[in-house]
Amino acid sequence: MWKFHAWFERHSLILLIGIIVVVSIGGAIEITPLFYLENTIEKVKGVRPYTPLELEGRDIYVREGCYLCHSQMIRPLRDEVERYGHYSLAAESMYDHPFQWGSKRTGPDLARVGGKYSDAWHVDHLDNPRAVVPESVMPPYAFLAEKDLDYRDIQQKMRALQKVGVPYTQAEVDNAKADLEAQADPFDSGGAALEKRYGGKINRRDFDGAPDRVTEMDALVAYLQMLGTLVDFSTYHADAPANRR
Amino acid sequence: MAVQGASETDTPFDIVVAAVLLGVGFLASVTAAGLTKDPLFQAQAWIFVAAAVIALAAITFRLSAGGVRREPDRYNEEIVKAGVIATMFWAVVGMLVGVVIAAQLSWPDLFYFPKYGFLNFGRLRPVHTSGVIFAFGGNALIATSFYVVQRTCRARLWGGVLPWFVFWGYQLFIVLAAAGYLMGITESREYAEPEWLTDVWLTLVWVAYLLTFLGTIWKRREPHIYVANWFYLAFIVTIAILHIVNNLSMPVGLLNHKSYSAFAGVQDALTQWWYGHNAVGFFLTAGFLAMMYYFVPKRAERPIYSYRLSIVHFWALIFIYIWAGPHHLHYTALPQWAQTLGMTFSIMLWMPSWGGMINGLMTLSGAWDKLRTDPVLRMLAVSIAFYGMATFEGPMMSIREVNALSHYTDWTIGHVHSGALGWVGFVTFGSVYCLVPWLWKKERLYSNALVEWHFWIATLGILLYITSMWVSGIMEGLMWRAYTAQGFLAHTFVETVAAKHVENIVRTTGGLLYLTGVFIMIYNLWRTVRGDVRERERAPAPAAALQPAE
Repeated sequence: MWKFHAWFERHSLILLIGIIVVVSIGGAIEITPLFYLENTIEKVKGVRPYTPLELEGRDIYVREGCYLCHSQMIRPLRDEVERYGHYSLAAESMYDHPFQWGSKRTGPDLARVGGKYSDAWHVDHLDNPRAVVPESVMPPYAFLAEKDLDYRDIQQKMRALQKVGVPYTQAEVDNAKADLEAQADPFDSGGAALEKRYGGKINRRDFDGAPDRVTEMDALVAYLQMLGTLVDFSTYHADAPANRR
Repeated sequence: MAVQGASETDTPFDIVVAAVLLGVGFLASVTAAGLTKDPLFQAQAWIFVAAAVIALAAITFRLSAGGVRREPDRYNEEIVKAGVIATMFWAVVGMLVGVVIAAQLSWPDLFYFPKYGFLNFGRLRPVHTSGVIFAFGGNALIATSFYVVQRTCRARLWGGVLPWFVFWGYQLFIVLAAAGYLMGITESREYAEPEWLTDVWLTLVWVAYLLTFLGTIWKRREPHIYVANWFYLAFIVTIAILHIVNNLSMPVGLLNHKSYSAFAGVQDALTQWWYGHNAVGFFLTAGFLAMMYYFVPKRAERPIYSYRLSIVHFWALIFIYIWAGPHHLHYTALPQWAQTLGMTFSIMLWMPSWGGMINGLMTLSGAWDKLRTDPVLRMLAVSIAFYGMATFEGPMMSIREVNALSHYTDWTIGHVHSGALGWVGFVTFGSVYCLVPWLWKKERLYSNALVEWHFWIATLGILLYITSMWVSGIMEGLMWRAYTAQGFLAHTFVETVAAKHVENIVRTTGGLLYLTGVFIMIYNLWRTVRGDVRERERAPAPAAALQPAE
């Protein structure tokens, strides 16, 4: 039997093919079923793609590496559900390219941080975390409030997301800039059109307290304030056979 | 010498091709920099322009200074020397950033600068992880693989100028990635953060690496492929597969730095951790086991303990590792069948891992006494011991009930560092201590005493690091789930942050000690290259012949 192995040791291509076959099996068996098993993602009501302003905020969240200290994945353990809220569903990140579940909690989980604090608290906290939470070890993000949001390529971003499967409509792409501005200004006349496109659960406010401009702070706070608020849990039954995984 | 024939120093065809490609790359990069409206993409383009200019200048300089010497019958050791220097350079950079971010978590008011957002933890942490894994570890792997494959195949590195493209192309990848993190260019996939343009570049470099390595094996003058080369080959091929699949993404535009990953949510999560865990399995394990399989037997001057064990543990290791990714996603929205599969294989992984450990340690049979006299061999042996410890701790943490406590905590950070500092770091240091005198043709290192100092300071640093992270990780995990007698959660989140303050300081100290060891090593290597031997360690001069009384 050991002589058989000389075959691999004397022919590099056979060794190469052997390695490729052996390392492909595990990944193929574990990952591919997730794309076609219907019960991988629960059927829930309320999950929608991000609005343009939330999408820009999410890109800032990614850019600053927030995922390195904050998870967005509440586990179905008693203490986590009591501390953070209902455990996270797969459906809640079905439009997340890439996912932001995280792997470390140097800071608390943010999967359901939306609506827990006021906009002003978020702005103060991002500006100087230790002014609000003295024991915090979070970096300061004061520069977000000083930087105007660069959303020149928002339509290209939404088109790229369309290509990987996010169901943005043509109208949503066409009106992306108007929608973005409408969400950051409660008195903007485009607000009704925005809500018509993305549904009623939209925070339309001047998030950063500087009404005359749209800053990166506006976008990031808009994103944080919608996190985990979309699913209608009154119509979700965890014990239903379709939701058992 | 004037008598050298034209065939030995001339302008080889591959250099001409390289120069033409560099010219094309230069023009393409300048054009891209001019056309794009995205300032971050423009910055990336300028880095490419600078790289092309430097490379063209270097080639011109080299050719005008008399061409390139062709030495088909000699090993290419220049590239290994360059790799050793790069390894030590990036070790300092990556570990220094690690100490800085550890200090940020210990003293946030001192180490954060509100005006310099690019120095925030979130931007620096990928510089640290990529810096130590890919810059330090990657250069160590490329350098040693180029050394080992030549010696064990008795053939010069294949591909003419191609290996140099691999080396410098890889350095460019590191610069692109690190500069990108500081500017905010990231895909947010842990240990795969570089954006699409950098990913495409790395793919080119990696294919060239695979060709160089395979080409050298094809030229070999030994009938068998040596065991270290199986591991190197598995590492190179599997990393190529992982890198390409995990980084599938849709660029926002061809002149835009940003992209969105092809998969979303749960599928994206498992793809990423399939990659993430096998970056550990194939980059940080298989590749460094290859180093073990060459440098430990060479240094101990003993054959490998068991040939059959190396066959069994090689195939078992690479087969089982691939399955282990889902243990990073216990209790998440990943379906439970996938979690259970991942956990089962993670526990099975303990066996092939310890197979490697036993094969490495038992190679010292008959040479155990050298652990007393040779600090380099001791460093290699201790690295294998840390490998054994980390590969026991890993399967334990992959058990769902243990993971419920350990996940999201500092325990994971401690586990990673016992593997990274103890195994990857020490096996690299040991190999480099072997390589430098061999490459620079010196009889011995400048000082064995300095190796002793390095060994003990670094070991103390590792122990401080991992014990402080065990304490803080288990403590915060227990605090998060603690209830009062009335049934309320006992602690707010920020109480657990405050409770870790002392442990954070101990961790920073441990990292600083480890970095100090690296500086001692660099000094020792530099004096070795200069040809010095420490005064007190000089072999006693052959006893001056006693003159008989006359």
